[in-house]
Amino acid sequence: MKQSRRNFLKFAGLSAAGLCLAPTAAALASGGGGAGKAHAVVNAKTLHAKRWAMVVDTRKLNTEEAIETLAEVCHHIHNVPTIPGKQEVKWLWEGTYAETFPEQENNFPSEDLEKRRFPLLCNHCENPSCVRVCPTKATFKRADGIVAMDYHRCIGCRYCMAACPYGSRSFNFMDPRPFMDMDKINKKFPTRMRGVVEKCNFCVERLAIGEMPACVEKSSGAITFGDLQDPDSSVRKVLRENFTIRRKPAVGTEPGVYYII
Amino acid sequence: MIEKALKGGPKYWSWIFFLLLIIGAGFTVYINQLQEGLTITGLSRDVSWGFYIAQFTYLVGLAASGVMIVLPYYFHHYKKFKGMVIMGEFMAIAAVVMCLGFIIVDIGQPQRMLNIIFHPTPNSILFWDMIVLNGYLLLNVVIGWTCLESERQRVKPPKWVKSLAYTSIVWAFSIHTVTAFLYSGLPGRHYWLTAILAARFLASAFCAGPAILLLVVFITRKVTGYDPGKSAIGTLAKIITYAMLVNVFFFLLEIFTAFYSNIPGHMHSIAYLFVGSHGHHELVPWMWTATALAFISLAMLVPPKFRDNQKMLPWALVMLVIATWIDKGLALLIGGLTPNPFNEITTYWPTGKELMISMMVYALGALVLTILYKIATDIKRDLGELTESD
Repeated sequence: MKQSRRNFLKFAGLSAAGLCLAPTAAALASGGGGAGKAHAVVNAKTLHAKRWAMVVDTRKLNTEEAIETLAEVCHHIHNVPTIPGKQEVKWLWEGTYAETFPEQENNFPSEDLEKRRFPLLCNHCENPSCVRVCPTKATFKRADGIVAMDYHRCIGCRYCMAACPYGSRSFNFMDPRPFMDMDKINKKFPTRMRGVVEKCNFCVERLAIGEMPACVEKSSGAITFGDLQDPDSSVRKVLRENFTIRRKPAVGTEPGVYYII
Repeated sequence: MIEKALKGGPKYWSWIFFLLLIIGAGFTVYINQLQEGLTITGLSRDVSWGFYIAQFTYLVGLAASGVMIVLPYYFHHYKKFKGMVIMGEFMAIAAVVMCLGFIIVDIGQPQRMLNIIFHPTPNSILFWDMIVLNGYLLLNVVIGWTCLESERQRVKPPKWVKSLAYTSIVWAFSIHTVTAFLYSGLPGRHYWLTAILAARFLASAFCAGPAILLLVVFITRKVTGYDPGKSAIGTLAKIITYAMLVNVFFFLLEIFTAFYSNIPGHMHSIAYLFVGSHGHHELVPWMWTATALAFISLAMLVPPKFRDNQKMLPWALVMLVIATWIDKGLALLIGGLTPNPFNEITTYWPTGKELMISMMVYALGALVLTILYKIATDIKRDLGELTESD
């Protein structure tokens, strides 16, 4: 009896030592052959900016149909479900001038402005209130100004939704997958689970492989996207040459989306 | 001491069984919510917080109410509150348990709840709310339990309890202030964006909380015969009256600021609540009921002749509780999120399932309270202190 217990302890000790050493050994072994495998693959074509921003020319892009087309592309590549009713999920949609700029409404608007529709999306603010309130850092601002979401960390408290003055965030009240055509989903982008918040991400996954955001690409020149910090960038050029406004300037969030009226 | 909760008459056990039944029924609905998601609620993309968070907000007030007894007792040596102190502390425990319960049922991914601790985020007020609520729970459990135990042993409570009691007095103000900060620091939500919100929260807590406490004390007196004394009840009723006057006054300040300034954003939510807007009048009858009950309760509380009438007092308190509940447990949340950021109105009304789950949390609080009060009153009975001499 005594002998067997002694043997057991020896065996247990050796196994434990082995378990501790194994990962180190494996890491050492892979040091030569699989160099770089432990790091994320960096795409040489990745687009960089100090501060991404978007300028929408609403003289060119202002009809419900045109904006719907952009929303369709956006929602398709990001697997955004089509949920009817008040619990819907949307990344890009459209609204009237009064909805887009509620505190800058005029009592006698021009006929043109009254007819126009404006694309609405996350503003990727300089001072994002959603990031300020998030208790788990599930929503955060990247160094390039994009306000991003970590769906795996979100606890679904919806504080960011209460904090966003632009109504840009959606919550997955239910499982979104039954509301997608699973045969046509974009397999390169994840679908979400119920109980997490989501929103437009300025197509970070496309910027990473050298592509412009889907809505920009589809807008046939009506949306300009570029680096706000670079005086020679396309967005700065458009901003220099046109009168632009941003949504709700009074709340001090400094949106990264500008509208040419 | 916990063994006191295991011995009781048939009335006690049928009450416990009744509460367990509600908890069980509510829990099956909660399982359904876990499976289906928050889609079973009446919440939406625009009104993303609703009944659960509103109950949480209201109950933080109940938790903070104990301080209206503990403060005069410890700071001003108002000895007549001696019998009530333990009831205030135990009420705070039950209230914080309900607060935490309502937060848990409200979040979309409860299994990730501990992310708040694993990824501490000091810039989020929710992080601080977690700290102050749990801290207050711990303080009251330790203080209440130790004081009761020493009373049972017929010894003086240890000295450190006193310093903890002083801490808990300051802490009580923090729980409601931090909860108000959850709302009052958000851009674009005009109804909440007011520096006086924390003060309003405290004023409503210090009238509604002691009012509920006093009603519970009346029930306890009827069931167990434990009487904290006429003058203790009288003093608490006075505190309730002044706090309610301040509460109403603070609300009128909001009305003045919104309507004299004539700023649309500030008027819009209040107009939606009291007269309706864009053809939506869902909350109008509720708001006027609250207004009427608030003024009737004040009319019954302010004159000493009515206030000291123990037959009238419970009715005044019930009206006060309903009025403050409509204001804070319903309208504050809906009014803050309506109209939405696009100046449109999306209506919200809790669903039956939402109410069932809420009943579960309330029943859980009642269960905790019953057990704690059973222990406390049994010990008072053993000590021969059932009736406080006046």
